Amino acid sequence: MIEFENVTKYYKEQVGLENVSVSIKMGDFVFLVGPSGAGKSTFVKLMLKELEADSGVIRFGDMEVGNLSNREIPLLRRGIGIVFQDFRLLPKKTAFENVAFAMEIVRSTKRTIKRQVPQVLDLVGIPDKGDKYPHELSAGEQQRVAVARAIVNNPTVLIADEPTGNLDPDTAWGIMRVLERINNRGTTVIMVTHAKEIVDRMNKRVIAIENGHIIRDDVGSYGYKESQKCVPEEGAFGNYGD
Amino acid sequence: MGISIICAFREGAKQLFRNKGMSLASIFSIVAMMLILGVFFSFIVNLDVAMEAAKQDYDTVQVFLLETTDKEAAARMVKDLNDMDEVIKARYISKEEALIAWKVQWGESGYLLESLEENPLPNAIEIDVATLEGADAVVQKVKTFSGIEDILYYKDTVEKLISITKSVKIATLVMMIFLIAVSVVVVTNTIKLTVNSRGKEIEIMKYVGATNWFIRGPFLLEGIFIGLISALIAFGIVSLIYSKAMGLVGAEILLIVGIPMVPVKYLAFNLAIIFIALGISVGASGSIISMRKYLDT
Ligand SMILES: Nc1ncnc2c1ncn2[C@@H]1O[C@H](COP(=O)(O)OP(=O)(O)OP(=O)(O)O)[C@@H](O)[C@H]1O
Ligand SMILES: [Mg+2]
Repeated sequence: MIEFENVTKYYKEQVGLENVSVSIKMGDFVFLVGPSGAGKSTFVKLMLKELEADSGVIRFGDMEVGNLSNREIPLLRRGIGIVFQDFRLLPKKTAFENVAFAMEIVRSTKRTIKRQVPQVLDLVGIPDKGDKYPHELSAGEQQRVAVARAIVNNPTVLIADEPTGNLDPDTAWGIMRVLERINNRGTTVIMVTHAKEIVDRMNKRVIAIENGHIIRDDVGSYGYKESQKCVPEEGAFGNYGD
Repeated sequence: MGISIICAFREGAKQLFRNKGMSLASIFSIVAMMLILGVFFSFIVNLDVAMEAAKQDYDTVQVFLLETTDKEAAARMVKDLNDMDEVIKARYISKEEALIAWKVQWGESGYLLESLEENPLPNAIEIDVATLEGADAVVQKVKTFSGIEDILYYKDTVEKLISITKSVKIATLVMMIFLIAVSVVVVTNTIKLTVNSRGKEIEIMKYVGATNWFIRGPFLLEGIFIGLISALIAFGIVSLIYSKAMGLVGAEILLIVGIPMVPVKYLAFNLAIIFIALGISVGASGSIISMRKYLDT
C-alpha cells in the first residue's frame, strides 16, 4: 500500500535518495536502518510530502503523493501518524491536552475527544498520566504521549523516526512494546532506528539504506545475515517487560 | 459554529495583549496611515464638490462695466454678443439688480449688506455660452469693446481646480501605497512574533494534518483585530478633526466662495467603510505574509 517507484531526491549535489523502489504492505512492521546521512529521514519526508521527489512515483493507498496539491497534503498526513526522537510535545499542555490537540485539528467533537483520548492513553500504557504536564513525565512517558497523539486519529501508518534515540534501553523496550501493540491492531509501523539491539530482537522486516540506496531488504537483523541466527523466535522482551 | 467564532476572537484578543508593545506599534502605524488618508480624502472630496460647483458656472461669462459706460453702450454690446453663434443669451444686469441677487444668495446673512452706504457692485453683462470653447471666443470679442472694467469667467478656475485635484489625488495614491506597505510590514513583524513563539505548535499541527487555513485562523484573527481597532481609532480622530475644522472655517468658506464643506455625516459613512476595509486587508495580509515560511507546503 506504500510504494516507492524509482524515487530520486537530490539536495543540490548531495544524494538524498537515488532510484529507490520499495513496497510496504498494509499491516507490516518495518525497520528502516542505515548509517547517519543514509537517507532515512529523506524517505520519511518524501512520504509526508515535506519534500518533493525529483523523479519517481510515491503511492500511499490510492493517493499518488507527487500529484497531491497543497490543499490535499493535510489529507495525506491524516493517514500517517508520526513520532520523533525528541517527542515534540507542547510544554504548556497536559498529556491529555497534547493528545486532544491532534483531534481538535481534525475537528473532532468534544464528546469524541473525551471518549477517545483516555482509550489511547490506556493503549500506550499511561492511563493515569492524562493530567500531567510533559515536565512532570519521564522521557519514556513523554514518548508514549507522543505515540498516543500520533495514533489518536487512527492513521493507517505510524512512522517513528528514531523514537528510542533519547531513551535508555529499558524504556526503549517499553516503547517497542507499545509500537508492537499498535501494529497488532492493524496499523502499519515504519520505524527508523540505529538501535541494532532492538532490530535484531524484534525479528521484523529490515530495509537497510546506505548512501541513498537500498542495500538490503529482508526479515531479521540489523547487520549481516549471519546475526539473524541470534534472534529469538518469541519472548523477545523477556528481560525487559514493563 | 457561533461558539467557535467567539472562541477564535477571544484567542485573537489574547494574542494582541500578549504582544502589547508590538501590537501598539502596529496599531500606531495603521492609525497614522489612516489619519493621513482621512485628511487627504476629506480634502479631495471637498475639492471635487467645489469643482462641481465651479463647473456650473463654466458656461457663464461675466463682464463688469466701467462707471463711465452708459446704458446705450451696454445695450449695443449686448446686441453684438447676442448676434454671436457661441452665445445663447447675453443680458444686462444693473448694479441695483446685482445687489438684490446678492442679498438673496446670502440669505440670512443678507442683513450684513444693509449696512453698506453705497452699492459697491458694478453694472455688468452676463453671457450664457453654449460651450467651453465658445467662452474663449466670447471673451476675445468682449476684449475688443471699450468701457470694460473686468471679465470674469471660470474656465481657468475650473482647469486649475481640475489639475490641483489630479495632483492631490496622485500624491495621495503614491503616499498611500507607501504607507500601506509600511503598515503591512509592521503588522507582519508583529504577528511573526506570535507565529515564531508558536512554531512548534504549528509544526505539530502540520504533521497531524491541519489545513493551512486552520493553522492560519488564529493569526489571521489577530491581524484583523489589529486592523479593526486601528480603523476605529482613526475614524474617531478624523471625524473629530473634521467637525472641528468645519466649525472653524465652514461658515466663512460658505460666505467667501458660496460653497459649503461636505457635511461630516456624508464623509463619515465613506470613511468608516474605507478604514474598516483597509484595516482588515492590512491586518489580514500582514498575518498571511508572516506565516508564509511555515506554510509553504
Ligand atoms: N535540507 C537538506 N539540505 C541539504 N542536504 C540535506 C538536507 N537534508 C538532508 N541532507 C543530506 O541528505 C543526506 C540524507 O539525509 P537524511 O536526513 O535522509 O539522513 P538520515 O539517514 O536520516 O541520517 P540520520 O540517521 O543522521 O538522521 C545526508 O547526506 C544529508 O546531509
Ligand atoms: Mg534522520
